[in-house]
Amino acid sequence: MKVLVLFAHPRPDRSEVNRPLFDTARSIAGVDAVDLYAEYPDFGIDVLKEQRRLLTHDVIIFQHPFYWYSAPAIVKEWQDLVLEHGFAYGHDGHALNGKITMNAITTGGRHDAYSAGGFNHIELRSLLAPFEKTADLCRMRYLAPFTLFGAGRAVEEGRLDTHVAAYGDLLKALVSDRLKLEKAAAAAVLTDALDGFVHEGEAA
Amino acid sequence: MELLSDAFVYLLAAVVAVPLANRLGLGSVLGYLIAGVVIGPLLGIVGAEATQVQHFAEFGVVMMLFLVGLELRPAMLWKMRRQLVGLGGLQVVGTTVAFAGVGIAFGLAWQSALALGMILALSSTAIVLQTLNEKGWLKTAGGQGSFSVLLTQDIAVIPILAILLLLALSGTGVHDAGHATEGHETSGGAHGGEALAALPGWMQALIILAVIAGIIVAGRHMLRPVFRFIAEAKLREIFTATALLLVIGIALLMDFVGLSPALGTFLAGVVLSDSDYRHELESDIEPFKGLLLGLFFLTVGAGIDFDLLFGVPVTIVSLALGLMIFKFSVLFVLGTVFRLKGADRWLFALGLAQAGEFAFVLFGFALGAGILAPELVQTMTLVVAISMLLTPALFILYEKGIAPRVVRGSDRAPDVIDTKGRVVIAGMGRFGQIVTRLLMANECDVVVLDHDPVIVENLGKIGMRTYYGDATRPDLLHGAGLEDADLFIAALDDRDKQTLVVEHVAKTYPNVRILARARDRHHVYELENAGADIAEREVFEGALTVGRVALRELGVHPFRAESKTRTFRKHDLVMLNDLRENYNDGGIDKSYVDAMRGHSETLFEIMRTEQADRTENMERGWTPPPKGDSSL
Repeated sequence: MKVLVLFAHPRPDRSEVNRPLFDTARSIAGVDAVDLYAEYPDFGIDVLKEQRRLLTHDVIIFQHPFYWYSAPAIVKEWQDLVLEHGFAYGHDGHALNGKITMNAITTGGRHDAYSAGGFNHIELRSLLAPFEKTADLCRMRYLAPFTLFGAGRAVEEGRLDTHVAAYGDLLKALVSDRLKLEKAAAAAVLTDALDGFVHEGEAA
Repeated sequence: MELLSDAFVYLLAAVVAVPLANRLGLGSVLGYLIAGVVIGPLLGIVGAEATQVQHFAEFGVVMMLFLVGLELRPAMLWKMRRQLVGLGGLQVVGTTVAFAGVGIAFGLAWQSALALGMILALSSTAIVLQTLNEKGWLKTAGGQGSFSVLLTQDIAVIPILAILLLLALSGTGVHDAGHATEGHETSGGAHGGEALAALPGWMQALIILAVIAGIIVAGRHMLRPVFRFIAEAKLREIFTATALLLVIGIALLMDFVGLSPALGTFLAGVVLSDSDYRHELESDIEPFKGLLLGLFFLTVGAGIDFDLLFGVPVTIVSLALGLMIFKFSVLFVLGTVFRLKGADRWLFALGLAQAGEFAFVLFGFALGAGILAPELVQTMTLVVAISMLLTPALFILYEKGIAPRVVRGSDRAPDVIDTKGRVVIAGMGRFGQIVTRLLMANECDVVVLDHDPVIVENLGKIGMRTYYGDATRPDLLHGAGLEDADLFIAALDDRDKQTLVVEHVAKTYPNVRILARARDRHHVYELENAGADIAEREVFEGALTVGRVALRELGVHPFRAESKTRTFRKHDLVMLNDLRENYNDGGIDKSYVDAMRGHSETLFEIMRTEQADRTENMERGWTPPPKGDSSL
């Protein structure tokens, strides 16, 4: 499958985690990685160009830091402009039918914060409802978010490399269609522990 | 030196009377008439030579028709054709027939009755238009209707002159045509065309057609390059001379062929009405026309027979009232037919109920051609003058009595003007063009001025409407419609001319917002002091863009380059504002230079620092929480 990674970080020069993740995505065959803030520094989204991109890919991944339980502003601008009635949704809008979409995010809070008893009192996936419902309306398959919790201390705690490697595995699995999509769609979250989600088979 | 003393008297009379008349709300035409009356019958300063002067002044009429033609835009006329032919046409024809009928009933020969009818059908463009404009009634349905009728009447002058000519040539010999030999060379041409008299009729007609065709062809194809050649010399008085040469030349040519000079100049005006030089021509001819026409009315006033007035005052006044009531009725009926209602119908019928200044011109012609008797002309001149005198009263009656009371119904949906308001732009160089294109893409009503004929022509080729003229000339700015404009944009590249233009516009049109192109930051202060609301440095944004692109080229993330640029712009604006007072107080002195240096150093600090300093904007955005915060 052809994978599109839409990367959104307003200050990649200060990014410890997202930047390496993006670099990894760029290096994998079959993956097209786009830096939204670089392409549209003045927020002037080229709608036609983005729609064409969507048409030529099967998997759409939004990769970004989890700013205020959502994505950096340019992602919203992108959604508002690109997902047009008659293209992405509505009775004539079938361009995205059946495509796969997910978020690959880094959060400040720890995993346990995103639980009923935790700090946020809500599951992570619930907080991503706007993305999930958008996907549903566009008749896409929404997969659980691939997440690095406590990203602010990932480097200090030596968790970065594992996560970057796992991201690479995830992308390669998607490209070669080895990801267990049903399982990934039903899960609460996807983390570095990807073993149960990937079919063994061809070498990565 | 008789010429000089005459000139002095006339000018003095005009200068005293006209402003007074305007103050009293009577309008300048009446002012000239009254001035003429004063220096003529009243004070006896001016005597018989007034008629000689009148012939000379009639040339003002020829010029006026040129300007009328110039103002006409065939496209606009076509759009208004229903109103012009219908409302206007019916008014002229209907009133003519009605008056002619009355004339015949009073025992006049049909030719005289017809002539009288046509002449009295016309209303006073000067008084009515001026009043409507002043009071802001022009945009109402009544005002629009009046405008259409007046426009039709202006155009109708041509066929009227032609008909009068025919009546004269058909050898009516109704009255002593002795005056004819004196020669009304200018507006009449009743005896002109002697050169062709020897030729057979069909040849005459052919030559006449050829001349008319010639004017049209020459106007369309030859005049533009000629004007461009003259304009490039950039000698204003030569352009004026060319304009006068054109008008006089055509008048002579038409006279030679036996046609009305006014017709010729009218045609020339129409042909030139969509040329780039229209505004310039208007500005140049207008003062001559104004003075000559004023002189004409002066002489008419001087020629008024006061013995007649005081002899049979009742007759004269009742004739005047009768005339106005008659016209009013015709207009009222027409207004009803054309669905004017309420106050609009009253405005329409009252406003146009008088006979107009053109009557004086046409009376003179008809008299010279022997179509009307001198006594009749004398009487009717008085009647017309009185009707004009009474017109302001009618407007006051409308304003105070009718307008407030009659409910203004929505008789007709007002023409929705899609344009977003008027902008006048001076200067169509590199700067002005960009601004204009953006505004026109947003359906703004843009009037553009430039003084380089090459630019004007080239822009004309790609479809932009540009008018030729020096934007620092007050009359050109006025002609461009600055009175009704919302915005004035000064985009000249001459630094000092910019300041001049801004100063003039700020002083003369206080309600217009002014945007100005500035050469540098000091020019910004200068322009603001001159009255500009916003002054923008001409190269600032361009240079900033290149700087931003340079950052990208050197590897800076595009979004960061954008942010840095924004910060730079903001800081520069802060500096501009901070230093304004310093500059205004002593110019570029030591304190100014020091202050400026201080600002520059701050900027370098801002751009350089990596500190996440909360007081500084640059590094503040999207700052991750400190590592040590364990609350999350």
